[in-house]
Amino acid sequence: MSADPREGAALDIADVSHHFGQRAALSNVSLQVGRGRFTALLGPNGAGKTTLFSVVTRLYSNQNGRVSILGHPLDREPSRALARLGVVFQARTLDTDLTVAQNLFYHASLHGIARRAARDRIDVLLNRVGLADRRNDKIRTLSGGQSRRIEIARSLIHEPRLLLLDEPTVGLDLESRADIVGIVRALVREEGLSVLWATHIFEEISSEDDVVVLHKGRIVARGLAGQIGTAGETLEATFRRLVAEPVKGASPKVAA
Amino acid sequence: MSNTSNPAVAGSPPAGEAVRPMPHLGRLDFVGYLRALGGIVRRELLRFFNQKERFFSALVRPLVWLFIFAAGFRNTLGVSIVPPYETYVLYEVYVVPGLAVMIQLFNGMQSSLSMVYDREVGSMKVLLTSPYPRWTLLFAKLVAGVSVSVVQAYAFLAVAWFWETDIPPLGYLTALPAFLAAGLMLGAIGLFLSSLVKQLENFASIMNFVIFPMFFASSALYPLWRIRESSETLYWICEANPFSHAVELVRFALYAKFEPVACAVVIGTGLVFFTMAVIAYDPGRGIMARRGGPAGEAS
Repeated sequence: MSADPREGAALDIADVSHHFGQRAALSNVSLQVGRGRFTALLGPNGAGKTTLFSVVTRLYSNQNGRVSILGHPLDREPSRALARLGVVFQARTLDTDLTVAQNLFYHASLHGIARRAARDRIDVLLNRVGLADRRNDKIRTLSGGQSRRIEIARSLIHEPRLLLLDEPTVGLDLESRADIVGIVRALVREEGLSVLWATHIFEEISSEDDVVVLHKGRIVARGLAGQIGTAGETLEATFRRLVAEPVKGASPKVAA
Repeated sequence: MSNTSNPAVAGSPPAGEAVRPMPHLGRLDFVGYLRALGGIVRRELLRFFNQKERFFSALVRPLVWLFIFAAGFRNTLGVSIVPPYETYVLYEVYVVPGLAVMIQLFNGMQSSLSMVYDREVGSMKVLLTSPYPRWTLLFAKLVAGVSVSVVQAYAFLAVAWFWETDIPPLGYLTALPAFLAAGLMLGAIGLFLSSLVKQLENFASIMNFVIFPMFFASSALYPLWRIRESSETLYWICEANPFSHAVELVRFALYAKFEPVACAVVIGTGLVFFTMAVIAYDPGRGIMARRGGPAGEAS
């Protein structure tokens, strides 16, 4: 991380809480995704990952705290913030009766992209995810892994600088999972994209990644994946220890 | 997992970003919004034409009414001279505008059904991550639904033309704004209803409680003076029904005439329901905040 992670962070979430009725889904969550960084949001099911994504994508307005995307506050400049954000949701959200290209053109129009510019961009992205030959096929003829790759292409169509992925590899076989991880890591490496990747699969995290551990709506640990636990402890062992402990107060453990 | 980036320098922005300070392809201005509107309408039309059975069922329903029901009642229900008609008209002539707007009524509810479906499968989330203001996205959704309903209404009129419907050629043109206004009102009602329905399964009851009373307690099937002869209360219910006004607006427009009261009621009702739908879909206040919690994370 740079000296001051808030300085120009791609995503800056400060002190965000969210309640559904009486139940707190998020309590005083603060996290930053540095520019050009792959940040893993690690948490068991029900930890609040999807709620956090919903707040960042403005499906719910945050009840407390602040969210900024590349310096644009989500509450005051929602359009500019959303224009720089790409999202891959956990649920499959492509129109299965439409073709790959029709789905991508639709999404390009949602970002105000002219048809010709969209056509060029779609060619580039389909090559990037290795599905240029499926351009005119209906989504329902694609495998789960291929649909996911199309969803990644779709999320990049407006050239966002920050990409959020909510458990993008759930339900995929090992090979497809490796493809998806490889595509996104290449984007970080080659194009300097900033990524927040929610997961509970440890194999998807490498030791140089930033990791934020979310548990019961609170952040219980953060730091570089390789340094988050005590010496000699694997990330998985650290994670299991952290989620087994009762959640105390709002102060997270911060790794060195 | 391989990762070649060096953590010591990874925090600093890569060179490519400095060269492209604003790498956003799209436009956030009105031109950009029109592209979004066009894309949303195109998606709705593509989906509609992909579902052939939906197209035909939408067409068959009013044609069954016209060919069978109207033919059967032709002799029992004579219609006297009422504006906009200048002469005695056959029952099937009277009933055509009502059936065309019935298509729009069903379509408005169908659009609202697809909103609920979109919400369940998550494509609603995709729509709402568009950078344009949320009410403009809902409006685009509404316009998309209306486009489909106008296509259907004209397809019906084209078939009905063979059935001596006596509509002057100019009427087909002057009816277009009336169909748009009626479609927007019915779509706005559907949009608002979609915000009330939590799950797809609950939708059948909406059909029963909204579509049928709206259709039957209106001037679509019989002129209101006839209803008044049998029941004064029912007459006032029909008068208060915005669907009656949508039908009358279209009926007059089909004969190149303008009905100001109907027009005011249709536009006013549309605005009220659209405003309520916008509030219901507001991220802080409406259903998205109250009910939208993900499984396992919401109560």
